[in-house]
Amino acid sequence: MFEIIKAEMLTDNIYKLVVNAPNVAHACQPGQFLIVRTDEYSERIALTICDYDREAQTVTIVLQAIGASTMKMLSLKEGDRFADVAGPLGQPSEFVHEDIDELKKKKYLFVAGGVGTAPVYPQIKWLKERGIDFDVIVGTKSRDTLILEKEMEAVAGDHLYITTDDGSYKRHGMVTSVIEDLVKNEGRHYDVCVAIGPMIMMKFVVKLTKELDLPTIVSMNPIMVDGTGMCGACRLMVDGQVKFACVDGPEFDGFKVDFDGAMKRMALYKTEEGRKLLELQEGDTHKGNCGGEK
Amino acid sequence: MGEFDVKVRVPVREQEPEVRAKNFDEVCLGYNKEEAMQEASRCLNCKKPFCVEGCPVSINIPGFIEKVKDGDFEAASRIIAESSSLPAVCGRVCPQESQCEGVCVRGRMGDPVSIGKLERFTADWARENNIKPRVNAERKNKKVAVVGSGPSGLTCAGDLAKAGYDVTIYEALHKAGGVLVYGIPEFRLPKEKVVEPEIENVKALGVKINTDYIIGKSKTVDELIEDEGFDAVFIGSGAGLPMFMGIPGEQALGVYSANEFLTRNNLMKAYLDNYDTPINCGKKTVVVGGGNVAMDAARTALRLGSEVHIVYRRSEKELPARAEEVHHAKEEGIQFDLLTNPKEILSDENGNVTGIRVIRMELGEPDESGRRKPVEVAGSEYEIECDTVIMALGTSPNPLISSTTKGLEVNKRKCIVVEEETGATSREGVYAGGDAVTGAATVILAMGAGKTAAKSIDEYLSGK
Ligand SMILES: Cc1cc2nc3c(=O)[nH]c(=O)nc-3n(C[C@H](O)[C@H](O)[C@H](O)COP(=O)(O)OP(=O)(O)OC[C@H]3O[C@@H](n4cnc5c(N)ncnc54)[C@H](O)[C@@H]3O)c2cc1C
Ligand code: FES
Repeated sequence: MFEIIKAEMLTDNIYKLVVNAPNVAHACQPGQFLIVRTDEYSERIALTICDYDREAQTVTIVLQAIGASTMKMLSLKEGDRFADVAGPLGQPSEFVHEDIDELKKKKYLFVAGGVGTAPVYPQIKWLKERGIDFDVIVGTKSRDTLILEKEMEAVAGDHLYITTDDGSYKRHGMVTSVIEDLVKNEGRHYDVCVAIGPMIMMKFVVKLTKELDLPTIVSMNPIMVDGTGMCGACRLMVDGQVKFACVDGPEFDGFKVDFDGAMKRMALYKTEEGRKLLELQEGDTHKGNCGGEK
Repeated sequence: MGEFDVKVRVPVREQEPEVRAKNFDEVCLGYNKEEAMQEASRCLNCKKPFCVEGCPVSINIPGFIEKVKDGDFEAASRIIAESSSLPAVCGRVCPQESQCEGVCVRGRMGDPVSIGKLERFTADWARENNIKPRVNAERKNKKVAVVGSGPSGLTCAGDLAKAGYDVTIYEALHKAGGVLVYGIPEFRLPKEKVVEPEIENVKALGVKINTDYIIGKSKTVDELIEDEGFDAVFIGSGAGLPMFMGIPGEQALGVYSANEFLTRNNLMKAYLDNYDTPINCGKKTVVVGGGNVAMDAARTALRLGSEVHIVYRRSEKELPARAEEVHHAKEEGIQFDLLTNPKEILSDENGNVTGIRVIRMELGEPDESGRRKPVEVAGSEYEIECDTVIMALGTSPNPLISSTTKGLEVNKRKCIVVEEETGATSREGVYAGGDAVTGAATVILAMGAGKTAAKSIDEYLSGK
């Protein structure tokens, strides 16, 4: 189990893997995630499910190397095995439970930022298979960091709007300017917006969609450990209440999420992960800082 | 050994406090053969053994102790195995002072017999000498699924396998053992030496363990019955969901639930250099709570190099932790700020914890638990400077199973409702026990519940 069937480098630090994981492939739905552990010494890393094939019993995951454990994954090849793949975890996207006829009356706007494109893909695929309308905006730094363009295009056709921060490909500018363009200038109407990407992007999308009175769902990706509601590492404030992203989410009502608090919590682990990465690259000089020692 | 006073228990060897405060090796070293036989000789072999009544799984205590006294350790281990499948664990973590040892007749005039330490000795001896549990040869053609591999699940699975059933455990995490592997630290319950072999013993009975398998997500309880053809299901999924106080500042950086802190260190082995898991505990740590979980978190932080304070709102007498843990924690230099309760966690502009504001408490009238209720002393607030806060306030069952199983009754604390004598839930063929039913309790109660359910499942399936 957990064999890597296919491995593909999408950019210089984003990797796409097709993994044999019958326990996940059998049940997963758009919106859910899984947890992988590369080997005995690795952390448990939460990753969104980008695609699944129930018959072949495989799932597709897309990962960006940011810490020690994700760096390690980059060295995996076809035929290698993960120590663990557990899931699916979290709640499926809301629309999965909705009445199809009701859904057909709605129009969805998806906003994907960076690796956030990966979790958006199964959502639009699901909707497309059921004949539901949507537009998709994909934003990324530049042409080199754009991922899954062909796959997205195959599903979304001319409903796909790509924008780059530096203008090196297609539109120039942030995803928010595309939203403004579509809604304000072209007068398009949407019933629901789904925004998935870096925390800061989601924060600004929500700021705009609030003004536009466009209900917005965001997918939160805080640090997780177990993914089953046991540790509370993934907690965030939603509407003034403590929620656990792994069991209550990962998707939440964007208007109610405390983004600033969530971003601060990310920062802690970023530096810890960063330290781990340094340790991996430079040797054993960065372990922990307990007792204030180095 | 010096002069033997029959009223006093044979002392057990331990690592010195100054030494162990800096390592993760087991604190208590246990008895050797001679010490165990001498301690066993203190047992009065009572006609009416209160200790057995005090034991949630009714181990034949005088029976096994008599064998220890005679030096027949294999026979002693077989007697324990009749009632318990995890004796090396229980000998280390049971609250003996409020169970078997609490009612030992020897305790009326002196020290009670060290039943826990003798159980531990016997189980360790059996493991070191490769004594394996015996299996019932007669196989029954029926399948039972067990959800969760903590003490309740392992016990239920072990008993059913012994009775000839085909048993599969489904475990959400990557390692079997439940709290025994992710919660209780190495220095109290060694993983490779003690927990893993006990789990291997359960496997040796024919039990299959599927890790990385989340019931309610990968498959639901209904799918186990309908698609996978299980004839009965036992739910022993524990009570893992940590509670927070709801005070300001709990989202600050450096505030952990005890479960996160302990999981990072125990399951994910952050304390070992060759593991990738980060753990961040600073110069001074405040642990909030007074149970075993709080003691474990505090003593872990201490070993990682931090100064540690325990903040608990009642007095020493009410500390729910095992007496031995409190004693060890004090010896190691952990400070107890008793009758004190947090009001707010303070942090700097980057959101890092800088301290905790607390208020003094005094004990008022007894509350529904019979303990005197702590009330705030007006105007007594003060601040404790610290950079890490660990919340050890208790846990409740997670909703993964209750929210995905049709017709499974839960109470308002999200605990699964069962018939106490049988462990039967509101769903036919579905049984439950352990922390998932009681809320956070003890290893031995979870084992007791697993046993009860195994017996009921056997009766249910025999009648089918
Ligand atoms: C830090 C700490 C210290 C403790 N110290 C002591 C002590 O000294 N003495 C004592 O007697 N007790 C102690 N306890 C309490 C004791 O450990 C528990 O009461 C006992 O482990 C409960 O057993 P259980 O089988 O009900 O559940 P658990 O041990 O919690 O096991 C449940 C298992 O089920 C798994 N699971 C949950 N949901 C699912 C799902 N949907 N699908 C599949 N698997 C699932 C979990 O991952 C877990 O492995 C302590 C607890 C903690 C946290
Ligand atoms: S990841 Fe541990 S509770 Fe969510």
